[in-house]
Amino acid sequence: MLLNRSFRYWSLLPALLLFAALTLYPLLNLVRMSVSTVAFANGAETWTFTPLRNFAALLEDDVVRPAVVNTLVFVGVSVAIEMFLGTALAIAVAGLSRAKRLVRTVAILPILVPPVAIGSMWKLMYNYDFGIFNQAFVALGAMPVNWLGSTSVALWSVIAVDVWHWVPFVFLILFAAVEGISPDLFEAAHVDGATRRQTLRFVVLPLLRPAIVVAFLFRAILAFKVFDEVFLLTAGGPGTSTELVNLHLYKVFFEQNRLGYGAVLSLAVIAAIVAFLLVSRRVALAVASQK
Amino acid sequence: MTTDARGTAALRAGIPGRLYVALALFAIVGPFLWILTASFKHPIAIYAGQFPFTPTLDNYADVLFGRRSDFAGNIANSLIVAASSTALVLVVGALAAYSLHRFRWPVWVSAGFLGWTLVFHMVPVLTLLGPWYVAFRELDLYDTRAALVVTHVTINLPMTVWLLRAFFREIPPEILEAAHVDGCGPFDAFRRIALPLALPGLIAAGILAFVFSWNEFPIALTLTSRVTATVPVAIARFAQQYEIQHAQMAAASVISTIPAVILMFLGQRFIVSGLTLGAVK
Repeated sequence: MLLNRSFRYWSLLPALLLFAALTLYPLLNLVRMSVSTVAFANGAETWTFTPLRNFAALLEDDVVRPAVVNTLVFVGVSVAIEMFLGTALAIAVAGLSRAKRLVRTVAILPILVPPVAIGSMWKLMYNYDFGIFNQAFVALGAMPVNWLGSTSVALWSVIAVDVWHWVPFVFLILFAAVEGISPDLFEAAHVDGATRRQTLRFVVLPLLRPAIVVAFLFRAILAFKVFDEVFLLTAGGPGTSTELVNLHLYKVFFEQNRLGYGAVLSLAVIAAIVAFLLVSRRVALAVASQK
Repeated sequence: MTTDARGTAALRAGIPGRLYVALALFAIVGPFLWILTASFKHPIAIYAGQFPFTPTLDNYADVLFGRRSDFAGNIANSLIVAASSTALVLVVGALAAYSLHRFRWPVWVSAGFLGWTLVFHMVPVLTLLGPWYVAFRELDLYDTRAALVVTHVTINLPMTVWLLRAFFREIPPEILEAAHVDGCGPFDAFRRIALPLALPGLIAAGILAFVFSWNEFPIALTLTSRVTATVPVAIARFAQQYEIQHAQMAAASVISTIPAVILMFLGQRFIVSGLTLGAVK
C-alpha cells in the first residue's frame, strides 16, 4: 500500500508544512515588514523600502517604556503571588482527608473558561457604581474605589484577576506532585519523629522543587502572553497605567495600522522571549539538579 | 486510596489549612455565581445592586434571539471552528508526534521541529498577527472560518505534539516490532496499534484543543468581522460598545462557559493528566 511505503516521510510532512507556512514564513515577513512602510489603498497594499524609519519610530514611542515596565511588574508580581498561594493550597489540600476531588474539580474551572468571560465577570465586579466590591465598601461605610479607572489602582486590579485565574493552575501541578511523593518518605519522617512543620520543610518542599520550577516557568511565560482579560477590563487605560506589551502591539498593528513599526516591536518581543528561554533553561537546570 | 491516606496524612491540615481551602473554594466559585446572578437580572436590577431580585430570562432571549444580536451565529462559528480545528490538529499532531518518536529523523529535524514548536508556543500570538492578517488578505481568506481553523490548528499543534509524544513513548516498542514482523506496514501499525493505545492522550489533547480554540480571542478579533466572529469576539463587543451592555454581556459570558463546565465534569481525568503531563514531562 502506498500509504505504508512512504509513511515515515509523509507522516511529519503536514506538521512541517503547516509550521513553515504559518510561523516561519510570517517570521520572515516580519523581518521584511520591519524595514518597510506598508500602505493600504483601494484594497491593494504597497510596500516601500524605508530601512530606518521604523527603528526611529521605536525611539520616539513614549508608550514602549510604560508598557515594558507594566508588563514586568504584572508578570513579576502576579506570578510570585500565584506561586505562593498555589503551593500553599496544594499542601493544604493534600492534608485534607476528604473533598480533594471536589477542590480539584473546582480548580479546573477558571483554567478552562474563556479568558474573555473572566474579563467581563470581573468588569462587572469592579464596576464603580454597582460592582460587588464597592457595594460591600459602601455598606461598611468606606469610600468606593475606582478599581479600573484610577491610575494608581488599575494595574493592581488587573493583577488580582490574573492571580484569581492562575492560582488553580499552580495548584493542580503542585498538587499532583505532592500526591506523587512516596508514602514511605512520610512514614520515615514520622518514625524519625519529625513534626509536621519539619516534614514540610525538609521532605515535602525539597521534593517539590522540580515541580515548582516547572510551574514557575510555565506561569512566567503564560503571564507574558496575557491579553484577553486586560483588553476587556481596561484596554491599557487609564492613560498608560495598564498598558502591556501585547496590548501595545495590538494597537500599533490594528488601530494605528503601522505594520512596519509593529513588525519591529514583534521582533523585539520574540527576541526577548528567546533570550528568556535560553537563560531560564540554564537556571532551571541548575536549580532542579541542586541537591 | 489507602496508601494515600497513609502518605499525605502526615500533612494533616489544621484549622488554618482548612480555612484556607474553604476560602480558596469560595474565591474561585464566587465570581461565577456573581455573573450567573447578574445574567438573570433585569438591567435595572443590576444597576440598583438589587438582592434579592426577580429572575428573568430576558437577557438570554435578547442575546440569543434578539433582532440586533448575532450571537446564535457566533456560537455556530465557534462550534464549527473549534470542532474542525480540533479534528485537524489531532490528525496532524498525532502523525507528527508518532513520526518523531518512531522513526529515526536526523537530530536537526526532530530537535529543530520540537524546539521551534516550543519557542512558538511561548511567543505571544500577537507578534504574528500582523503578518497573518496581511497573508490572509492576500489569499482572500480574511474574514473566513478557514483562516481561523488553520491558525487555531497552528497554535494548538505544539501542545498536541508534546502531549501525544509522551503517550506514544509509553507504548512498549516490542508491540510495534511484533506487528512489523507479522507483516503489518508502518502506517497500519500506527493506525491499528499506536493510535488506539494512545487514546487517553488523544482525548486529553482533543479536549484541550477544543477548549483553547473555543476560548481563543486575539486571532478571532483580528481575522474576522461581523459575519464570522466567534463567541469571545461577540462578548468583547458587548463590553466595548459606547454604552456597555452589562446584562447581555453577563448572559453571553455565562453561555460561553458551558463547554468548560461540561468538560470539567466529563473529562476531568483527561484534563488534569493533559495539563500536568505537559508540565511535568
